[in-house]
Amino acid sequence: MTPHPPRLYRAPEHRMAAGVAAGIAEHLGISVVRVRVAFMVLLGLSGLGLLLYAAFWAVVPLRPGDTAVPPRRDIGQLLPFVAIGLGVLLIQVMVFDSVGAAGTAGWLVAIIAVGAGVIWHQSAPERRRQWGESMPVPWLGAVVEESDRRAFVLRFIGGGVLVAVGIIGVAAVYSPAQNFDAVINGVIFALVGLAGVGVVAAPVLWRTWNQLRSEREGRIREQERAELAAMVHDQVLHTLALIQRNASDVKAVQRLARGQERSLRNWLYKPTASPTERFAAALEQAAAEVEDTFAITVEAVVVGDRETDERVGALVAAAREALVNAARHAGVQTVSLYAEVEPDQVSAFVRDRGKGFDPDTVEDHRHGVRGSIVGRMKRHGGRAEIRSSPGEGTEVRLILPISGAGSTTEKDR
Amino acid sequence: MAEHGPVEQVQARDGRLRVFLVDDHAMFRAGVRAELGAHVEVVGEASTVADAVHRIAATGPDVVLLDVHMPDGGGRAVLEAMRRTHPQVKFLALSVSDAAEDVIGLIRAGARGYVTKTISPDELTDAIRRVADGDAVFSPRLAGFVLDAFAARPDTPVADPELDQLTNREREVLRLLARGYAYKEIAKELFISIKTVETHVSNVLRKLQMSNRYELSRWAADRRLV
Repeated sequence: MTPHPPRLYRAPEHRMAAGVAAGIAEHLGISVVRVRVAFMVLLGLSGLGLLLYAAFWAVVPLRPGDTAVPPRRDIGQLLPFVAIGLGVLLIQVMVFDSVGAAGTAGWLVAIIAVGAGVIWHQSAPERRRQWGESMPVPWLGAVVEESDRRAFVLRFIGGGVLVAVGIIGVAAVYSPAQNFDAVINGVIFALVGLAGVGVVAAPVLWRTWNQLRSEREGRIREQERAELAAMVHDQVLHTLALIQRNASDVKAVQRLARGQERSLRNWLYKPTASPTERFAAALEQAAAEVEDTFAITVEAVVVGDRETDERVGALVAAAREALVNAARHAGVQTVSLYAEVEPDQVSAFVRDRGKGFDPDTVEDHRHGVRGSIVGRMKRHGGRAEIRSSPGEGTEVRLILPISGAGSTTEKDR
Repeated sequence: MAEHGPVEQVQARDGRLRVFLVDDHAMFRAGVRAELGAHVEVVGEASTVADAVHRIAATGPDVVLLDVHMPDGGGRAVLEAMRRTHPQVKFLALSVSDAAEDVIGLIRAGARGYVTKTISPDELTDAIRRVADGDAVFSPRLAGFVLDAFAARPDTPVADPELDQLTNREREVLRLLARGYAYKEIAKELFISIKTVETHVSNVLRKLQMSNRYELSRWAADRRLV
């Protein structure tokens, strides 16, 4: 029964009763639900499933090394299986000696137990918890709550079958079996009765449901408001306070205002991406750093995006250096940065309308341009061009050919 | 709020451009009015959509500076209400938002340009003048959005390529715009006249407005806006 290696153990961390089913499922590499269903089916053979389970429980050891306290048994999860098991056992009993009204009632109870168990099991655990909080009777949620389509269909069909069987059963019990008209009448009266129950119950159910929905909406709104308030407090109010205290220092005020504007903008409009993973995010981060350090405005426009790697990182670093140069030497308030990701190349352009210089007269010991921009691009298989003339401003063009993989210009943004 | 607006001067005209302000922030309207006062004539202002529609019709300005986000429908509602009845009025969006959906949305609704509120007074005056002359005004960021929206999709067949795709030349002009070039610098770079640059830019705008619903919805879906 316990072939080795590997041995069969009970898995206490996934246990519902004793971890037998979970252990077997793990051992055989199949889904635990299947194992449980198998036990349920075996229950039908004179309770064989229960006997087997007990035998496994007694024989199979807990997995060694699992010294941690196993999680508390989840009654909510155990319940449907108990119900289903009960139903199966009852059906099995009925098959052998079903007589008279008692037998029929037994059948009904059995079927209802199975149905209820299935419905309960189908519903998600967190939803059950929600019902538990918001409804006087937790299981009501299974009937009232809106949920995904599959669960709805299942519930609808399951409920329909239960009701139909119930009605026919009641009609059959209380009418002489040979009188078919009486059966029909019984069914009709039962239907009328059910409709009456529905009419009485519907408003209550509807009200409960509405109340639940509005409560949930209110909770979401409250959460959003709290998040916004926290952000405004942490950032905006502090920045405004700093601006008031530095009112005489124009540069400082501008820097604070720029930084705050940027972070608000990001918060409001931009999906966040990690600067270490995405090209656009990395470039925008570099631009933001330069803005903060040198109190200038960087008008960054990035078209397309892709993942970064070492070479793309080099392009970002070169662009950053170009921005720093523009901020230091051009003597302007605004620098534009444009980058584009195309299937076969990534390019970036840093442009200012500042002093400009004559590229031919740059001395050899100035490493900023030669080493950090031109050299870096060359090392990574790209190229850098610097266009500048005194009085006309400067533009640094960085171009990096790439293979098509990794580009997300056209999709997935 | 609207009752406190200034007296509108309907007819006076001394060659200066007549500009109308639509913005729900009174402080901002006052600031723009002060900045622009020397160069253009501010003929009226409004803080709500209904008020704006009513007064623009009454004053007949050359250019309307339009805020995007307002409580009751925003600039888009004003544009849609005015476009059919007053086609001669030009709209320039002036917004604090430079989110892609706002920019492209306003342009598609019929605005002739889009600038952000951090723009300098001189640039704003220049933008108003260009819009009044029938040009389109593109900020670098707007050019970037358009390039993004029309990103080359060689694998996708387009219903009407004449209408929906940008020509290489237009794309080139947009790229230079996005790189921070002025119109005359673009003309110099591409060896074409300024007038040609303006034509290309206007064509891009026209294509943006005329692009079909399918294109728009895909554009929005690509960016997870819907």
